Amino acid sequence: MTKCKGKTISEKILSAKSSTDAYAGDVVEADIDYVMVNDITGPIAFREFEALSCDALRERIVLIPDHFVPNKDVPSAEQAREMRTFARKHRIENYYDVGRGGVCHQVMIEEGFVAPGRLIVGADSHTCTYGALCAFSTGIGSTEAAACFAEGRLWFKVPETMSVSLIGRFKGYVSGKDLILRIIGDIGVDGGNYKTLEFSGGGVESMTISDRLTVSNMVVEAGAKAGIFLADKVTEEFVKGIVKGTYSKVSPDKEAHYSSELEYDLSSLEFMVALPNSPGNVKPAKEVDVLIDQAFLGSCTNGRIEDLRTAASILRGKRIHSSVRMIVVPASMKVYRQALNEGLLGVFIESGAYVSGPTCAACLGGHMGVLGDGERCVSSTNRNFVGRMGHKNSEVYLAGPAVVAASALKGRIAVPDESI
Amino acid sequence: MDNVRGRAWRFGDHIDTDQIIPAERLTSDNMDKLGLFVFGKVNPDFAKNVEAGDIVVAGRNFGCGSSREQAPRALKQAGVSCVIAESFARIFFRNSINVGLLPIECRIEARDGDLLVICPDEGTITNENTGKTFAFKQYPPFIKDLIESGGLMARVRENRRCSR
Repeated sequence: MTKCKGKTISEKILSAKSSTDAYAGDVVEADIDYVMVNDITGPIAFREFEALSCDALRERIVLIPDHFVPNKDVPSAEQAREMRTFARKHRIENYYDVGRGGVCHQVMIEEGFVAPGRLIVGADSHTCTYGALCAFSTGIGSTEAAACFAEGRLWFKVPETMSVSLIGRFKGYVSGKDLILRIIGDIGVDGGNYKTLEFSGGGVESMTISDRLTVSNMVVEAGAKAGIFLADKVTEEFVKGIVKGTYSKVSPDKEAHYSSELEYDLSSLEFMVALPNSPGNVKPAKEVDVLIDQAFLGSCTNGRIEDLRTAASILRGKRIHSSVRMIVVPASMKVYRQALNEGLLGVFIESGAYVSGPTCAACLGGHMGVLGDGERCVSSTNRNFVGRMGHKNSEVYLAGPAVVAASALKGRIAVPDESI
Repeated sequence: MDNVRGRAWRFGDHIDTDQIIPAERLTSDNMDKLGLFVFGKVNPDFAKNVEAGDIVVAGRNFGCGSSREQAPRALKQAGVSCVIAESFARIFFRNSINVGLLPIECRIEARDGDLLVICPDEGTITNENTGKTFAFKQYPPFIKDLIESGGLMARVRENRRCSR
């Protein structure tokens, strides 16, 4: 087959990192900039790695406990200890213990591991989040992480790319979460399988980095390998001052080949909700009338300061519905501190919400808000599979921060009364 | 590669990793007994009745969701030899190869309990109960090598031996 001249961002990054001229469909072995593991995927990686009896590429390894920490029970304490021991033994400085880190993907962004053109892998499926900053990043398994600890390289099949062109600007509280839920609803939970979704167009410039992170975070719920936003001034401004080391900007060629093309007008989007038990089971929020028991605001998807500001502005001066408990979990210590300084934590507490420090918490049914039999939760997280947040008969409704806050006030899925 | 013979267990589309092994089982004290908890939340009979060599037969997008390698490890530890699915989620597919659980992309007709024979080298699956045979595409050369060499860590060991 004749190779076309132009390349997508994925083809460019994987070519550069493998020193080959790679196109979609090729298999390459590429140098990774960083490999990250968390407390539940780390232990398998540590054991596989130790069996090799070799030195770790310590500067490229990032260890972030977040799923079951602060330790929820003795087994999770032992597991977190295993990561701490590994970090000490191999003198890994990029280790973020409780009180210094938070949800792994948010920490990776804040600490400057992510920059345009980088290739980053993580033993967590939401590693695709970093595409928001024009990096190629994707989830891998624990054994693959162990191989990266030793070799600093991994194999990749260069993905085909779907072009997602964005125009316009979000209206009111409608956000990145509504866009990505709409996309998953449109293309299906395997509509992006093995592919990159590449986001471009004038609409990108109007999106905050926070919204872009939410979108890239959830491309995996459509099966995608990566979700990459073209870098712009907003990206450069964001990365400046926090990035570790240098980076090379990358942009797609005009003649790049895309397997398919989608277009969304951000100004025409409305609040969306994914109903149980699939992130692809998406409906406009105004068409969903369901009583809820819990409202969860947090996670790598929507636990950033912008999300907390949105929710606080809806909750300010109001009381959460008597039949609802609301749980607010900032995604990192930095977000937590910022929310404290801005007075947002006070708003949540005064409205009757429970606020905790950063952790993945109830997102995956770990702790801090696990659901009982038949309970329903409206959640700013990314998955609503059977039993995801607890009992197999519990239900999760995925939504953006505005719908989570509005629903907490009404006691049922609701859209905010927008006066802006 | 050796032929595989086992009973079929039918599953539908989009079987996610939370169903295969729920998050609350993902602590390292469970690392060698994941098989006891496989499909524990949604199909507790599976772990009780699965036998060594059995084959999971599923629809589209098997293993979607989390990157947890505990998912293919749980199936493997329970005795499952192979997963046949119309398509796989990418991380599950990669993880399966590395833990020695054979992932085969193929659409087949089989009911629960049907006896299946897989010939990896010929790329065929025969349902002994119906007599029907189904062909599947050979793996790309890189993946085939990876499977035959015993997964990624075996390959890493080989690389390191060669570079010394």
